[in-house]
Amino acid sequence: MASTTVARGAAGGGAPRAKRKAPFPVEFYRSGLGKKYVMAITGIMLMGFVLLHMVGNLKMFLGPADFDHYAEFLRELLVPILPRTVALWGMRLGLIAAFALHTHSAYSLTRMNQAAREVKYQSPRDYAAANFASRTMRWTGIIVGLFLIWHLFDLSWTGTPGMTFVRGAAYGNVVASLSRPLVAAFYVAANIALGIHLFHGAWSLFQSMGWNNPRFNVWRKNFAIGFAALIVIGNCSFPIAVQLGIVGN
Amino acid sequence: MSELNVTLKVWRQAGPDAAGSFDTIKADGINDEMSFLEMLDVVNERLINLGKEAIVFDHDCREGICGTCSLMINGQAHGPAKGTATCQLHMRKFHDGQEIVIEPFRATAFPVIRDLMVDRSAFDKIVASGGFITAETGGAPDANLTPIPKPVADAAMDAAACIGCGACVAACPNSAANLFTAAKVSHLNLLPQGQAERYGRVEAMVDTMEDFFGSCTNHGECQEACPKEISIDFIALMNKDYLKSKFKNRRMVSRK
Amino acid sequence: MELNSKIPEGPIAEKWTNYKFDRKLVNPANRRKYDIIVVGTGLAGGAAAATLGEQGYNVKAFTFHDSPRRAHSIAAQGGINAAKNYKGDGDSVYRLFYDTVKGGDFRAREANVYRLAEESVRIIDQMTAQGVPFAREYGGLLDNRSFGGAQVSRTFYARGQTGQQLLLGVYQQLERQIGLGNVALYNRTELVDVVVVDGRAAGIVVRDLLTGELASHSAHAVVLATGGYSNAFFLSTNAMACNVTAAWRAHRKGAAFANPCYTQIHPTCIPQSDDFQSKLTLMSESLRNDGRIWCPKDPDETRSPELIPEEDRDYYLERRYPSFGNLAPRDIASRAAKIVVDEGKGVGPLKNGVYLDFADAIGRLGEDTIRERYGNLFEMYERITDESPYQQPMRIYPAVHYTMGGLWVDYELMTTVPGLYAAGEANFSDHGANRLGASALMQGLADGYFVLPNTISNYLAPQLGTTPVPTDHPEFKAAEAAATERFAGYLAIGGTRSPDSFHQELGKIMWDYCGMERTKQGLEKALSEIPALHEEFRKDLRVTGSGTSTNQTLEKAGRVDDFFELAQVMCLDALTREESCGGHFRAEHQTDEGEAERDDDHFAEVAAWEWTGDPSKPIRNTEPLTFDNVHLAVRSYK
Repeated sequence: MASTTVARGAAGGGAPRAKRKAPFPVEFYRSGLGKKYVMAITGIMLMGFVLLHMVGNLKMFLGPADFDHYAEFLRELLVPILPRTVALWGMRLGLIAAFALHTHSAYSLTRMNQAAREVKYQSPRDYAAANFASRTMRWTGIIVGLFLIWHLFDLSWTGTPGMTFVRGAAYGNVVASLSRPLVAAFYVAANIALGIHLFHGAWSLFQSMGWNNPRFNVWRKNFAIGFAALIVIGNCSFPIAVQLGIVGN
Repeated sequence: MSELNVTLKVWRQAGPDAAGSFDTIKADGINDEMSFLEMLDVVNERLINLGKEAIVFDHDCREGICGTCSLMINGQAHGPAKGTATCQLHMRKFHDGQEIVIEPFRATAFPVIRDLMVDRSAFDKIVASGGFITAETGGAPDANLTPIPKPVADAAMDAAACIGCGACVAACPNSAANLFTAAKVSHLNLLPQGQAERYGRVEAMVDTMEDFFGSCTNHGECQEACPKEISIDFIALMNKDYLKSKFKNRRMVSRK
Repeated sequence: MELNSKIPEGPIAEKWTNYKFDRKLVNPANRRKYDIIVVGTGLAGGAAAATLGEQGYNVKAFTFHDSPRRAHSIAAQGGINAAKNYKGDGDSVYRLFYDTVKGGDFRAREANVYRLAEESVRIIDQMTAQGVPFAREYGGLLDNRSFGGAQVSRTFYARGQTGQQLLLGVYQQLERQIGLGNVALYNRTELVDVVVVDGRAAGIVVRDLLTGELASHSAHAVVLATGGYSNAFFLSTNAMACNVTAAWRAHRKGAAFANPCYTQIHPTCIPQSDDFQSKLTLMSESLRNDGRIWCPKDPDETRSPELIPEEDRDYYLERRYPSFGNLAPRDIASRAAKIVVDEGKGVGPLKNGVYLDFADAIGRLGEDTIRERYGNLFEMYERITDESPYQQPMRIYPAVHYTMGGLWVDYELMTTVPGLYAAGEANFSDHGANRLGASALMQGLADGYFVLPNTISNYLAPQLGTTPVPTDHPEFKAAEAAATERFAGYLAIGGTRSPDSFHQELGKIMWDYCGMERTKQGLEKALSEIPALHEEFRKDLRVTGSGTSTNQTLEKAGRVDDFFELAQVMCLDALTREESCGGHFRAEHQTDEGEAERDDDHFAEVAAWEWTGDPSKPIRNTEPLTFDNVHLAVRSYK
C-alpha cells in the first residue's frame, strides 16, 4: 500500500478561535447553541400561531357568520388603541421574523452539520434512537414552508386556479378551496408533514432550551405527541369536513 | 462454546490522504468466547502469516474504560451491544455466516489516520479550553471542608464516567460532540469546586467544540451509542449554562 | 556501581520535611530557563508534567497514546489509600506507613514509604479540589471502604472507576497547562532511546508512530513515568500497549533495574477462557469486601455452585487466615487460589478458577445495595462471561497485575543516571515485594504531584545558565542511527512468525517458570529457553508493512524485543533471591504451612541490576535495607 505521511509537531492548545466582538444577541446567534435557542424560541412562537390558527379556524363549524366575524375580529384587534389591522400586522411581522429566523438557523445549522462530516459513512447506518421525524426535520420543514406560501396565495392573496377567490371573504374562500378533492388531500398531506415536524420539534425544544428536570422529563415527549396530534387532527378536520359537506352547506 | 464463520468487510485506507475501500476478509473458525478485538487479532495474525499488512485499529485497555477503541460495526458505533465498548463486545453477539461491516468513526474532526484508526485530538482541545478546575498543586484545602450532597456527587460521577471514545460523535447524524462536551462540562459544573469557573468554562468549551463539530438536533443517537450510557439530560444542562454564561460572563467583565 | 539512596537525616517523620527545606531551589523567574522531558502521561507522568508546568518550567510531555487520558492508570477500579482517618478507626500516617512496609514484606525503603504515607493525605485534598467525584456519604462527606491488607477503612473511591477519575483529574490539569502553552504534548510518539552525554541524561529519541520518523529532544532533565512491565507475561491485566521499552532503554544506558522479579499476581481476575485470549480482566479487589471466596471440597464436584451445600464448600481464606479472611493481602490470596486449583478443586469449564460468592452479601444487604457498590463490575463480568454474578458466584483466578520492580531510584526518584528520573510504577521504590491494594494510585500521584516537583529542583538549580545538549550532538545522532537500524532490522528479517506469536510464547515461559511459584530448576530452564527463543525472534520474525506509516506490528516487534532482554533479568533476579517474599515465592523457601519464608540475614536488600551489554550477564548490585521503625517480623495475617 502507498503510504502517506503527515508532518506533526506538538499538539496545540485549545483556545477557541478568536471571534470578532459583536453585540450580545449577534454573538449568541453566531454559535450553534445560540441558533438552537433561536430555533426553539421561534419554534414556540410558530407553535403558538399554529395552535391559535387551528383553534380560530374551528369557528368554521359554526357557519359563515361566525367565521367571517372571527376574521373581522382579527383585523379589528386592539382598535381603537391601534388603527385597524395594525395589531394583526404586528403579529404577522413577528411571525414572519420568527419564520425567517427559524429557517435561517435551520439552514446554517445544516451547513455546519454537513461540514462536520465531509466524508460520509460508506456503509449503511443502523440507527438506534434517531427516528423518521428527527431525521426528516429539514424535509418536513421545507414541505411545510412551501405549503405555507401556497396556502397564503390560496386563501389570502390571489386564490389558486380552480376556485373563485373573493378577497376578504374568508369562509367562502375556504369552502371554495377545500371543495377541490386534490387540494383537500394536499392540505391533509401537508398537515401530516407539519405533525411529523412538530412531533420532534415540540420535544426537541425542551432540550435546546435546557428545560430538563427528571420530574417532568417523561411529559416532554408526551407533550410533543399530544401537541402534534392535536394540530394534525384539528387542521385535517377542515378539508375533511368540507369534503364531507359538514362545512360549506 | 461454538465456532463461527463470519465475513468481514473492513475499511482499509493507507493513510490520511489516501483513498480507502472495503476489503472482504473471511474469518473462519472464530470462537464465540472471543472478544471482537480478539477476533481482529486472530485475523491480523492470519494476515501477517500471509505476508499481508495487519489491520490498523486503536485499542488498549480492553476493559472498556480507556476509550481508545472505536469502530462502526454494522452501522453502529461500538457495535450492537448497548452500553458496551468495542473491546467488551463478544463474538457471541454475532451469528454464524454473518457479514460484519467495520468502518472507522467518521467526522471531519476525526480524520482517518490509517484503516480503522482515527485522530480524536479535537476532544483534547475542548478539554484544554476549559475542561478543568484551576487548582494548582499544593494549595488545596481539606477534602471534607466542602461537603457535597450525595445526589450531586453521584450526578457529577454519572457525567464523569465519559471515556472520551468519540462514539457520540460517530453515531450522531450531525457529527455533533454535544454529549461529550456536556458530560465534561456537567461533571465540573455540578460540583461546588467547579462553580468559580462555571460560566467561563461552558462558554469556552462550547465555542471550541463548535470549531470542530456539528450541532445537536436531539436525535438521541449519542446516548444509545455511549458505552457508559451517559444521558442527554446533560446536554440540556449544558445548554442552560451556556445561555446563562452569555449574561454572567458579561457581568463578570463589568466587575473588573 | 554505587547505590546512594540519599535518604535524609533525622527521625522518620521529619525526613521529608527536612529534605524539602535543605534542597536547592530554583527561583520562579528562572524556571522557564529549564527544559524538562516527561515520558508517559499516566498518573505519575501527567501529574509531574502538569505540576512542573504550573511551576514555570518548560515541559515536553510524550505519550504513545492518542491522548494523555488513555494511560492504564485509568483501569484501576477499587480506590486510593490515604491516611485521613475520616472514619475515626485509628488510622494515621504511621499506620499507613507500617501497613505498607509490612504489606511489602519488608523489602521497601522505610523513608520512601513514610513519605508516601505523608503525601497520601494531600493527594485526596488535591484531587477533590480538582473535581474528582469521590464517593460521598449522605451528609456530603467523603466515604471510605476497607481494602485487602488493611484493618482500617482508608480507601477513597469513585464507583468502580477510581483510576479513571483520578487520571481524568490529572489529564484536565495537564490539558490546562497545554492550553496555557507551558507543556508541549507529543502524542502518538514513542520513546525509542534515552541519550546520555557525559554521564548525565541529555534527552531522548522518539519515534512518531504515524510517520515512523525519528526525532531527538534534549532537556535539562528527563522523567520516565512509563508504567510497569507485566506484559512480559503476555497475559496480564495490563493494557495491550503497556511495555518496558522506555525503562529498558534507560537501563541499557546505565540506569540500574531493581528487583525485577517482584511481580504482583492479583487474586481476583476473570479466568482465561480460551487460547486466543489477548489479556486478562481484573475484577476489583473491593469485591472481596462483600464476596466470599470458596472452592468445592471435592475435586470431582460436578454440581452447579448454588447446589453445593455449605459443608461441601471450602472457604479456604477464611479457614486459613481467620483475622483477615477474604481480605488477606494479594500475594497470600493469590497463592491460596493457586494451591486449591493445583489440587484439582478449580471451577469453571477449564477448572481454572475459584468462586467469589455474593449470595451471603445479597441476602444480608439486599441486591440494591450490592448493585450500588459493584453494579458496573458485575455488568462487566457479565459482558465478558455471559454469567450474572447476582445469580451465580463469579469465577476468579489470579493474574499478573503489577510489577513492584523497576528502575532503581534514590530518595529523589533519580535513577543511577544523573538527571534521569523515574516515577510511578516505572520505578521500584515504595511497595517492596508486594503492593497493597489501592496503593498504586497513591504512589503514582505522590510521585508526580508532590515528590518529583520538589526533588527535581535539587538537580536543576546548579545547572542555571546551562543549555541542554544540542540534538545534533554525536550521541543523539548515534542513538537515532541505532534506532533507525533497529526498526529497519525488524522489517528486513522477513521470517515467518509475528511479534505476537513470540510474545505469547515468551509469556508462557514466564508464567510457567517465573510466575506465582518459582523454583531453581524452573528458572534455570527459563533462562535457557528465553535466549534461544530470542535468537529465533531475531532470525524468524516477520513484520509486514513499512516503517514509514502507522505500523502496529512494527511497534510490537520493538516492544517484544525488549521484553526478551528484561525476561532474562527477571528470571536471574528470581533465581538469585533465595528466599520467598511477597510477590516472589520460591517453592524451596516456604514454611511447613506453605507460607513464604523470608531470609532477612541475606536478602534484606534491593537487588539493582546493571547492564553489561549482555542481557544474560548483568551485574547484581545491592542496596541494604534497614528497618529502624518497623521491626522485621514474620508477616502474619492469620
